[in-house]
Amino acid sequence: MKKPVIEFTDYSFKYRTQKEPTLHNINLTIMEGEKVLIVGPSGSGKSTLAHCMNGLVPFSYTGESTGTLKVGGKDASKSSIFELSKDVGTVLQDPDGQFIGLTVGEDIAFSLENACVPLNQMKEKVLEAAKIVGVDSLLSHSPQDLSGGQKQRVSMAGAMTNDVNILLFDEPLANLDPATGKYAIELIDEIHKSTKKTIVIIEHRLEDVLYKNVDRIILVCDGRIKADLNPDKLLTTDLLQQEGIREPLYITAMKYAGCHVREEDSPSNLDNMNIAPYKEQISQWFSSRIEPLAAEKREALLEIKDISFSYQKGEEVLKKVSFTVYKGDMLSIVGRNGAGKSTLSKLICGFQTPDKGQILYQGNDLAGYSIKKRAEKIGLVMQNPNQMISKPMIYDEVALGLAARGVPEEEIRPRVEETLKICGLFPFRNWPIAALSFGQKKRVTIASILVLNPQIIILDEPTAGQDFRHYTEIMEFLREMNEKVGITIIMITHDMHLMLEYTSRCVVISDGTLISDSTGAKVLTDSSIIQSASLKETSLYELSMKCGIEKQDGSAFVQHFIEYDKGVRTRG
Amino acid sequence: MAKFLTYSHDDTWIHRLCGATKLIFFILWSVLGMITYDTRVLLAMLIISMIAFYMSKIKYKQVSMVFKVICLFLIINILAIFIFSPYEGTKIYGTRHDLLHLFGKYTLTKEQIFYECNVALKYFTVIPAALLFIVTTNPSEFAASLNRLGVNYKIGYSISLAFRYIPDIQRDFNEIKQSQEARGIDMSKDVSLPTRVKSMGAILFPLIFSSMERIDVISNAMELRGFGKSKKRTWYTARPFTRMDYMVIIFTVVFSIISLVFTFYDGSRFYNPFM
Repeated sequence: MKKPVIEFTDYSFKYRTQKEPTLHNINLTIMEGEKVLIVGPSGSGKSTLAHCMNGLVPFSYTGESTGTLKVGGKDASKSSIFELSKDVGTVLQDPDGQFIGLTVGEDIAFSLENACVPLNQMKEKVLEAAKIVGVDSLLSHSPQDLSGGQKQRVSMAGAMTNDVNILLFDEPLANLDPATGKYAIELIDEIHKSTKKTIVIIEHRLEDVLYKNVDRIILVCDGRIKADLNPDKLLTTDLLQQEGIREPLYITAMKYAGCHVREEDSPSNLDNMNIAPYKEQISQWFSSRIEPLAAEKREALLEIKDISFSYQKGEEVLKKVSFTVYKGDMLSIVGRNGAGKSTLSKLICGFQTPDKGQILYQGNDLAGYSIKKRAEKIGLVMQNPNQMISKPMIYDEVALGLAARGVPEEEIRPRVEETLKICGLFPFRNWPIAALSFGQKKRVTIASILVLNPQIIILDEPTAGQDFRHYTEIMEFLREMNEKVGITIIMITHDMHLMLEYTSRCVVISDGTLISDSTGAKVLTDSSIIQSASLKETSLYELSMKCGIEKQDGSAFVQHFIEYDKGVRTRG
Repeated sequence: MAKFLTYSHDDTWIHRLCGATKLIFFILWSVLGMITYDTRVLLAMLIISMIAFYMSKIKYKQVSMVFKVICLFLIINILAIFIFSPYEGTKIYGTRHDLLHLFGKYTLTKEQIFYECNVALKYFTVIPAALLFIVTTNPSEFAASLNRLGVNYKIGYSISLAFRYIPDIQRDFNEIKQSQEARGIDMSKDVSLPTRVKSMGAILFPLIFSSMERIDVISNAMELRGFGKSKKRTWYTARPFTRMDYMVIIFTVVFSIISLVFTFYDGSRFYNPFM
């Protein structure tokens, strides 16, 4: 008989700093050995729910709770973070930010050190945990020398050393490239199978998690549990769409094709899914496609010519990269971490100077232009808005660039106000920035660049950590900028949805070399590019294969989906 | 660039010593260097420091920057002594041998030169010991060794964490600076100092905010893994004292005592070659 390990009964929680409760009347039981996925949009309370389990709520983030929560049979409200950490091991998002030890071994040992485990026992336990996740040969390495996937493994080992029963993953995929994310999900599944521990995953990238089986999905919205279903059942409902969670792309495609997906065909995993009943409808939908028009010849705006660059002699970060950005392009640059994407943007903005090669803007060599001069043509929006915002008020922040250029005040005001209108921030113009959401802050940083009237904007991971609703909001906004204002947009990203859905061209960089310059649909159906750039094949391609659509038509199928999807979105 | 003055991994007998041993050596050595003005003691210390430094295989490149800064301070210090107290040496040694009259009341004396050489010597006996300690001690072991000497582990750990995050913060600083420069905030020498100070705010605010985020993440991560739970903790990097450690400590203590006796034997902490 399985026993419950986490039990919420009529549990509500209100943060000390907030008026309204964040969690309302939660009733949720998680049994020993279960693998549960908790999904929900940003601000739904799913992170709070996770924090209740590991004790950050209420011990680190204080507030009032009613009802009861039992973790491992003990009342959590009378416990402490330390007590709970013996039952619940937490793996936080962003493995970089949480490395404490200087070596892999030391980092894995951290919780053992704090528990005063004697040295010889500690070494044994570290080795044991390292073996489970396969990093036992790396114990003396420094975490900085590891790949993204290895880092994730080390954090998992660190969470397991205390013989915890429950492993809690808080958005484990947030900062990983697609291939590494896939790897992480595989690893979680292996750990689940080999150790029989209870696994709780908080994540909004549903399709990626469903790559391996989960027992239940809990959908959290507005602090309430909206659904508590098995994945197959959940995917047949419209609940995910209603709450702004992205369902797997193949499910969306099937719905577009007019299929009614049934639970008994196990839709939660495309590999195991019985596709036969839907085949015909999908093929029909595909044959109804209209071939997209060939793009007309446009004016070249930015030409990257044979750029090579190295930070240290002999270690080339970029090798002879060449491509052209045309006016009105919406372009993505993809590739694994450290492939040289960010370096490329630094070269374009003039923060670094290329060793060889040229960068031309409308035919003129940019080499002689200062950073400031270039910024009037090419703007850069950093990934983290907090790294850019330096004024407390929105108006001042957006005006900063103009004021620094000595533009007279009477000219600044209309320009700032117009930009705020374009960005949908005009009603907030007198608000303090601190009162804005993450997505709105992002808009402020885009506005503060846009106000300088650049022809090109480069955005570094514009949608990192955003849920589907905010993702759509930011991306639709950028598309509007692109279509209505005619601004050329270059995005550096890991997000495969973004490159598929919003960019007409996709430049792939691997180990400093440009390996492809094509459409997103072509890139994500080409297995050799996928492998060397650490991407992941789109499930749409797999769906088309399963429906017996010819291999060479795979990317046309993906393209058809994108066009159709765009139509659905613009119609609302 | 961010690599100078950070722990470098190597395997000499100095690297193999416990952090605590090196800390004890460093503390005693500095105190001794500050107390004594006995040229003979200082010379002996200088030779020992140099030998240890050579044996640790530290490359000059790793410490050149700090070395240059310290030398600059040394020069300023020596000049300042001469400007404010040109006859300090005569006062100390009780004799006066003029070498050269400069101007006004400034005359160069043998005693002054000898005294200032001693000051310089003090610098050079302590610098290698300090660099040796910083560059050959793993930061985690540093925390462990402070803890071993009775300092609360939370204090030791926060110091070593601070050291660890310096490169990250440097990187953030550069990125923020570049992006603000692109927005037109000029930090170059072309603009006036007040404007530059004001512009500094445009970099510091974002830097503070993004560092606070970083702190929030790391402190949660530490707390979730039981940091601060009990009064004590064990250390993965801890190493038992070896015979070498005991020998170094005994040597340091004995050397210090002998030196102090030697220094104060004649009733003054100065060695006087003029009498």
